[in-house]
Amino acid sequence: MCGIAGLIHRDGAGKIGEEMTSMLQALKHRGPDSTGFAVYGLPEEKRFVLRFKVAEQEDLSSGFKIHDVIKERHKEVDQRIESLGAEVHEKEEATEYAFRYEVSFDGDMKNLADFIEDVEGAEILSMGNALELIKDLGDATVVSEQYDLDDFKGTHGIGHTRMATESDVDIRSAHPYWAYPYNDISVVHNGQITNYWIMRREMERRGHRFVSNCDSELLAVYTAHNLEQGATLEDSLKSSIKDIDGVFTYLVATQDSLGMAKDTMAAKPMVLYESDDIVALASEEVSIRSVVPQEIDTWDPYDEEVRVWRT
Amino acid sequence: MADVSTEDHVSHEMGLHTEQLSGRTQQTFFDLTEEGGFAYTDSFEVDFNKRAEIDASNMGAKEVNLRIRELMQEGNGTIVLKNPGAKHSLCVGILNKLNVIVEGSLGYFGVGLIDGPNVRIKGRVGWSCAENMMAGTVVIEKNAGSTFGAAIRGGDLVCKGSVGSRTGIDMKGGTILVGGDTGAFSGFMMQRGRMVVCGNAGKNLGDSMYDGTIFIGGEIVDLGVDAVPGELTDLDRQWLTRKLSMYEMLPEKGVDHFTKIVAGRQLWNYDNLEPAEKKLIL
Repeated sequence: MCGIAGLIHRDGAGKIGEEMTSMLQALKHRGPDSTGFAVYGLPEEKRFVLRFKVAEQEDLSSGFKIHDVIKERHKEVDQRIESLGAEVHEKEEATEYAFRYEVSFDGDMKNLADFIEDVEGAEILSMGNALELIKDLGDATVVSEQYDLDDFKGTHGIGHTRMATESDVDIRSAHPYWAYPYNDISVVHNGQITNYWIMRREMERRGHRFVSNCDSELLAVYTAHNLEQGATLEDSLKSSIKDIDGVFTYLVATQDSLGMAKDTMAAKPMVLYESDDIVALASEEVSIRSVVPQEIDTWDPYDEEVRVWRT
Repeated sequence: MADVSTEDHVSHEMGLHTEQLSGRTQQTFFDLTEEGGFAYTDSFEVDFNKRAEIDASNMGAKEVNLRIRELMQEGNGTIVLKNPGAKHSLCVGILNKLNVIVEGSLGYFGVGLIDGPNVRIKGRVGWSCAENMMAGTVVIEKNAGSTFGAAIRGGDLVCKGSVGSRTGIDMKGGTILVGGDTGAFSGFMMQRGRMVVCGNAGKNLGDSMYDGTIFIGGEIVDLGVDAVPGELTDLDRQWLTRKLSMYEMLPEKGVDHFTKIVAGRQLWNYDNLEPAEKKLIL
């Protein structure tokens, strides 16, 4: 089933970490397998945040040696970052296998990403001047506490609670997906994509990489591909309705905007609330009510509807 | 059967439509010759002037629904639900005459499976509001989500705002009134009853409808398979005027501009026999 949510503060930065946690916790019944957040702080011009993992949570129970293996992988990633001339200003170890670096780097970001992901088990969760992408197994409260998200201040964010249907219960298949190799672009999706393999092969032929077998990843790759071709976010969302088969509602966030698209069958829910101060959208109104408790006017977008809001 | 005027009177009070039901099963659902129209074996005698309140702030759906039952058991005929907070499955399964006032919004499956109550919702409702409603009235002041009034069999289901997609999917009777617009696939596989939308309708309106009537006051994106325009008769105009006036939804310009949509009946491929009867023939 899955639940998705998004929130924009139009009047500057707010408690986006705490609010997204509340919104996603209210959607826990739609998917208890994993939870993910893509939250956007105020962008740093010269530094970007690199979030990556070197193992899955389930790997920790694979034997005593895994702890040494994780350390080796981590060390290898550090060496590769250094070898490309990137400077790491801050390092945080959110979990034994997931890390947050603040990095400055003038080179080719795609090259850096590819070089890091060449290390066995390494996967970049996100890169961006404003984006912090966090995802792990468990409900919103568990993941938020684990990654200390409640104190995060930002302008906007999207999130996802996952009920695994098409692929495994692991971090690799959890949302949001970063639109590799673009800074600050993330995607969450609720639905099933029925031409996934056809579209995936087409994207792979064009040189795009996939890290999972989750159909939702296609939307991130597809968005990245369209932006690479010069399309705007709105163009990409509109073309997806024709190109992607299946039932879906998905959200895309960039450094300064948040967009949504709903498929031609309008089979997956979305509720919108818009005021002068905020825009809140979620699979169910009960999620919006967790941050806007008073009586409000909400509505459902219709089939093939595309909306983009600026922060 | 009782004479038509008695049935009309009783069904009007109950919010039921007045058309003759032809299905064997549906004929036995309501015996309108019974005193008071109908009664379930475990229904409660309530006084509409006896009023109670429920604050749903810290209550789950099951608690709220059980509390409504308890209050009915105590004879309360008017129940006010405060702070529903868009929670799912509230006010479901009420098989009793009752006035319910919801001071707020409901989530998914609100007022589903009801038979008899008059419900007024001051906020919005989520997906599948009043699904499988048998009788009564439900009036929503704001917007509604998709599958509004799915498979309803009777009563009046009214949304003053706009509704989502697949409104009245599989409806088998009753009336759906929408003040604003409706989304795609509205009236999909509709079998009986009437749907009135004062605003616009999305694509595939009335797709694969077996029977029933749809009235649209605004633009229609396109019609679904086997849905065709019908002639708006004087009886239709009278009915529309009466029904929309009842809920203060009559457009200023009247009802002459409404487009009537009915089943083309080209897809009909069934007979009137019950499964047991088919066995006898075979």
